[in-house]
Amino acid sequence: MMTLKVNGREHQVDADPDTPLLYVLRDDIKLNAAKFGCGLGQCGSCAVIVDGKAILSCITPMVLLEGKQVTTLEGLGSVSEPAPIQRAFIEEQAAQCGYCIPGMMMRAQALLLKNSKPTDAEIRAALEQHLCRCGTHMRILRAVRRAARLMEAADASSTTNRSAQ
Amino acid sequence: MNAPLILDRRRVLAGGGALIVSFSLTSAFAQDQAPAATPPSKPPGSLAATAYLDSWIRIDADGSITVFTGKAELGQGFRTAFQQIAAEELDLPFESLKVITADTKLTANEGYTAGSRSMQDSGTAIQNAAAQVRELLVAEAAKRLDLPAENLRTENGAVISPDGRRLSYGELVAADMLHVQAQPKSRLKDPATLKVMGQPVRRVDIPAKVTGGGVYVQDMRLPGMVHARVVRPPSYGAQLTECDSSAVEKLAGVVKVVRDGNFLAVVAEKEFQSIKAMNALSSAAKWKESASLPKQDDLLNVLMHLPSQDSTIFQRSDPSVSRGKTIEAIYTRPYQLHGSVGPSCAVAQLVDDAMTVWTHTQGVYPDRQAIAEMLRVPPASVRLIHVEGSGCYGHNGADDAAADAALIARALPGRPVRVQWMREQEHAWEPFGPAMVTKLKASLDSNGKIADWHFDVWSNTHSMRPGGAGSMLAAQHMAQPFAVPAPRPLPLPEGGGDRNAIPIYTFPNAQVVHHFIPAMPLRISALRALGAYHNVFSIESFMDELAGLADADPVEFRLKHLEDQRGRAVIEKAALGFEWKSGQKAPQDRGFGFAFARYKNLAAYCAVASEVEVNRETGRPRLVRAVAAVDSGQVVNPDGLINQIEGAIVQSMSWTLYESVTFDDTRITSIDWQTYPILRFDAVPESIEVHIIDRPGQPFLGSGETGQGPTAASIANAIANATGKRLRNLPLTRKRIKEAIDA
Amino acid sequence: MLIVGVAMAFAIVWRPVIPAIDPPAPYAFDAALIKRGRDLAAIGNCNECHTVRGGKNFAGGLPVPTPFGTIYSSNITPDAETGIGQWSEAAFRRAMRDGVNRKGEHLYPTFPYDHFTHVSDEDDRALYAFLMTRQPVHAPSRENQISFPLNQRPVIAGWKLLFLRRDSYQPDATRSAEWNRGAYLVAGLAHCGACHTPRNALGAERVNAQFAGGDVDNWLAYALNDRSHAPVPWDADALYMYLRSGWHPDHGTARGPMAQVVSNLSSVPDSDVRAIAVYMADISGTPTPDRKQEGEAALAQARSPSQASQTDTAGATIYVGACASCHETSRPLPYGGVNLALSTAVSSPDPRNLANVVLSGVSAVEGERSPIMPGFADSMNDAQMAALLNYLRARFSKQPAWTGVEKTVADARRAVTVYLQTSAGPRNAPADPTQRDKP
Ligand code: FES
Ligand code: FES
Repeated sequence: MMTLKVNGREHQVDADPDTPLLYVLRDDIKLNAAKFGCGLGQCGSCAVIVDGKAILSCITPMVLLEGKQVTTLEGLGSVSEPAPIQRAFIEEQAAQCGYCIPGMMMRAQALLLKNSKPTDAEIRAALEQHLCRCGTHMRILRAVRRAARLMEAADASSTTNRSAQ
Repeated sequence: MNAPLILDRRRVLAGGGALIVSFSLTSAFAQDQAPAATPPSKPPGSLAATAYLDSWIRIDADGSITVFTGKAELGQGFRTAFQQIAAEELDLPFESLKVITADTKLTANEGYTAGSRSMQDSGTAIQNAAAQVRELLVAEAAKRLDLPAENLRTENGAVISPDGRRLSYGELVAADMLHVQAQPKSRLKDPATLKVMGQPVRRVDIPAKVTGGGVYVQDMRLPGMVHARVVRPPSYGAQLTECDSSAVEKLAGVVKVVRDGNFLAVVAEKEFQSIKAMNALSSAAKWKESASLPKQDDLLNVLMHLPSQDSTIFQRSDPSVSRGKTIEAIYTRPYQLHGSVGPSCAVAQLVDDAMTVWTHTQGVYPDRQAIAEMLRVPPASVRLIHVEGSGCYGHNGADDAAADAALIARALPGRPVRVQWMREQEHAWEPFGPAMVTKLKASLDSNGKIADWHFDVWSNTHSMRPGGAGSMLAAQHMAQPFAVPAPRPLPLPEGGGDRNAIPIYTFPNAQVVHHFIPAMPLRISALRALGAYHNVFSIESFMDELAGLADADPVEFRLKHLEDQRGRAVIEKAALGFEWKSGQKAPQDRGFGFAFARYKNLAAYCAVASEVEVNRETGRPRLVRAVAAVDSGQVVNPDGLINQIEGAIVQSMSWTLYESVTFDDTRITSIDWQTYPILRFDAVPESIEVHIIDRPGQPFLGSGETGQGPTAASIANAIANATGKRLRNLPLTRKRIKEAIDA
Repeated sequence: MLIVGVAMAFAIVWRPVIPAIDPPAPYAFDAALIKRGRDLAAIGNCNECHTVRGGKNFAGGLPVPTPFGTIYSSNITPDAETGIGQWSEAAFRRAMRDGVNRKGEHLYPTFPYDHFTHVSDEDDRALYAFLMTRQPVHAPSRENQISFPLNQRPVIAGWKLLFLRRDSYQPDATRSAEWNRGAYLVAGLAHCGACHTPRNALGAERVNAQFAGGDVDNWLAYALNDRSHAPVPWDADALYMYLRSGWHPDHGTARGPMAQVVSNLSSVPDSDVRAIAVYMADISGTPTPDRKQEGEAALAQARSPSQASQTDTAGATIYVGACASCHETSRPLPYGGVNLALSTAVSSPDPRNLANVVLSGVSAVEGERSPIMPGFADSMNDAQMAALLNYLRARFSKQPAWTGVEKTVADARRAVTVYLQTSAGPRNAPADPTQRDKP
């Protein structure tokens, strides 16, 4: 039994310490956003945020997560209350099949947390590990830029702390 | 919601109230066996085959309305487009409708979601069905109100009389009212008055996709579900000689090892347990392999020397035209992958001899047929429900995964079984887009116009979709295997290997020969655009070579040979958007390229102009920007259309610059993203612009595949423009470009 | 006396301006000569130092960190104003031989003229022809960040007096032509020692420790002589394959600064790569019976993997969960991970390279088949990384434990981002100068 903190909640999970986080999120905690794409660290579909940084959950064994905070796309917002990054992707219609999108969003979210005004080159560099086969790239780039603006606006207009870090 | 909502026919019939119209599945089932005798004049789109209106539209007593399509949402966003169409023709608010997609128990048999035909087939059917349903409702209201139908109008889900009396659709609908055959003609909305169609309505599926909703078949979690992994043979035709699975069966969580001939799988309670068990099982399995693959770097000769069935598919001659300068060239394309980002997946469950399979197949009905055949049960005892998967771009591993799931679920009655392919399995076992060779020869007349044109294409078929059980891996690997069905060329006018082989340009002399190759050294099937990708690449590259020979501007040269007015308009639009100027010179190290095609010569028109930068020292090409113009008839959702074309350009760029399947004499060696690299963000263009030419009132023209060929040729032409070197072998890799520059 | 001294000093320091020429037309050069120059430039790795990532080829501007400050590479395109367009062949040859630019200024030895001085006239001519036919790029040089007194160019003259040995390569008649060719290339244009030989306090290569291993940009350039820590001793065939293809089954895949070198060597004449391999194999010497045996033991360990299931320590668990799925499969190199029993990084005297690779991984080369390794900088903290590295050291090498691993990891974390690309030449994707500006 291990304790895993996901989206602000503690979960007791029965998994070997060498189990990659991805399977614990999907199988034990029953979250959908982190996707299996390769299991090899080559595609980015499985990205989630751990302590503010985007990591590939398919190659991150549970042993590394002791005491850390995991955030998945579900933890950012919901259909009724979307987070800025989610609004941005909806407003830009930045998906075709959408399978790659959660990983892209988590990477972008992590980037925007530490760099609220990334240049285009910085966004591309951050997303370099992420594959999209539908060719949604132009829209993804636009959505990340829009998210930066939305987050800035949200920061400016609110003094409350956001929990989803 | 973890699992998608599962409707079944009983619930459909029982729910809602007495006024639910009966459901015309009988006609859909009848479709499976023999097409209904065609009425003298058929209604349009898929209504021709499934004519009952209630196969398409259902109205409940409470006024809620459901639209049914036999097509599958593959990420193209047409669920939204269909909803727009129905809302428009029924005069309903967009949000008030629900769309149900491919399900053998609920929807019409619309065959495959393929060939960019969804809008033409299903969109047209829904549009006409909706218009006719509206007319029926108005007629019913006229009867009840005792007013002439012309005096009534519809608005917001109700029929309204001039004096303001209102009868809602729910009130009006009565049993069997919609269980009538569609008429050949419908009174469609005047394109000038459209409110919902033609608008960039936001896609209904995206909110769930960006918030972690359970959208994909990969996300399904049914009660009691177990996880399965397949251990595939290491190569085509390998025989399992030995497999002691006793140790694997003892591993934590393992429920069962399933073996049937060369089909090997393991089932475990938890997903990661199934992966560990798969690895262990894979080490325990010993295979006998044989070297059967052709030489990868000599595909040109391999294909041209395999036996072929040759047919002249186009011939025109005008001996009066004189022939001057002549050139010829050979173009090749390697095997390429669909490479879905999410490997194939399926869930199956056997309950009381009834098999249900949730799958991201593109054809629930044909796949049901194939799975029933494999399980040796009647099709009626198998139900296939489409659930979205990762984008597929053609016939990928989806059907195979569905077959895997069914075969394993049969061994574990009662328990839902989820089969997830591994990345390496998807790369090695999906059916590839076929390699092709084209040979072109043409002459100019004294005015610099093309006097004659010869085009030869060598290709496999471009569809090995199920069909019979034998087209699925599991059925091929079983102890009593099913033979792979004999490949057939896809008939024109759509064509397969010869799709778009016939030039859209007018040449006084022309001959097009299709060399159909029945032998398939590698497993192949439909990949987005089929043969059109390579044929358009070849034709449009060669057009530039000829323009060079004629010393003409590539855009003007094309226009000089094109009579089709809509085609001309698309070319002009793209050229304008790009600011193409005759005789212009690109900036240093850059080149401009142009290409055009009408997909299948009968679907959407697309022209692409591109600017490519080539690094002279390294040979590295970079698509800087692309400008496209597209005419897909009447536009339902402009943003959806732009999204499709943008995606096509980006994907085709990746195919064109980077991609080829690799293999040695025995095994496929491109089995992950290291060995089959595709586009990453560093090479994404700076901008892509898509200009739409809307044609209100014109039929919908499929556009999902129209961008692939023009993009490829446009890039090749831009590289030629930048370097002075013509590359004719796909992919146009950095190494090939460097070799050409250094030569 | 003083006058004589000053005159001598002046004679050492002062170099005449070589008159400017009009940039020669590209067609002034013979195509075969240009082609030869291209191969030589690849062997010399010129593109790597003289091109910024995302920048124009050979236009310079790359920051080269040294213990004395940062030096920026110069524009060697034939641009008249900012490049070498006005340089005659004699001026070019003088720069290669003496480390002096056309105007007579001394160049910093980050430009490895202590090696290039050995390049033959003929090869200099080919290099000149190649460079003068490149695309001219207007790119003024960037100001070096060197503090006094080292920012005084005459100081370099003193350095040269001490360390620059101007002599042409003298063939060794007792050796084969191939060996001699290799020796000539290694000592000269390929300048292998610039990275692989340790430097003294004044930044000069230590003559008596040739190929004993050196430092370059937070990487350890491994010892290539008999002090090599490669678990399996190198031989000429292995070196040839590694240099030519970028990997070898018994040694792993080239990454770090070496990635660009092998990428360049993939396009040069086969005979030159072979010659380098033959000569370097001789430098590393015939392994002692002990060393040979160790090598065989390492190979045996790699062939029968899987004592890996013990997950008694954090390091072991991390290894099983994060590394073993690639590094312990039957998949061969270069796309399967190297079995770490064969990794020089694990056996090397300090854990820098291993830390660099585990932190940053190896990213994909645009559009080309290339090994990919995900980096773990964001998923492991320093302690976890150190636990992993210590475990790898204990399990996969015969060497004593490292000390201070956690600090090495922390240092590496601050210094990463350079050179982790298994590059196929400078990329021309939208410029991202931050990539190389971090050291
Ligand atoms: S699934 Fe984790 S990187 Fe591909
Ligand atoms: S939207 Fe389909 S893979 Fe990115």
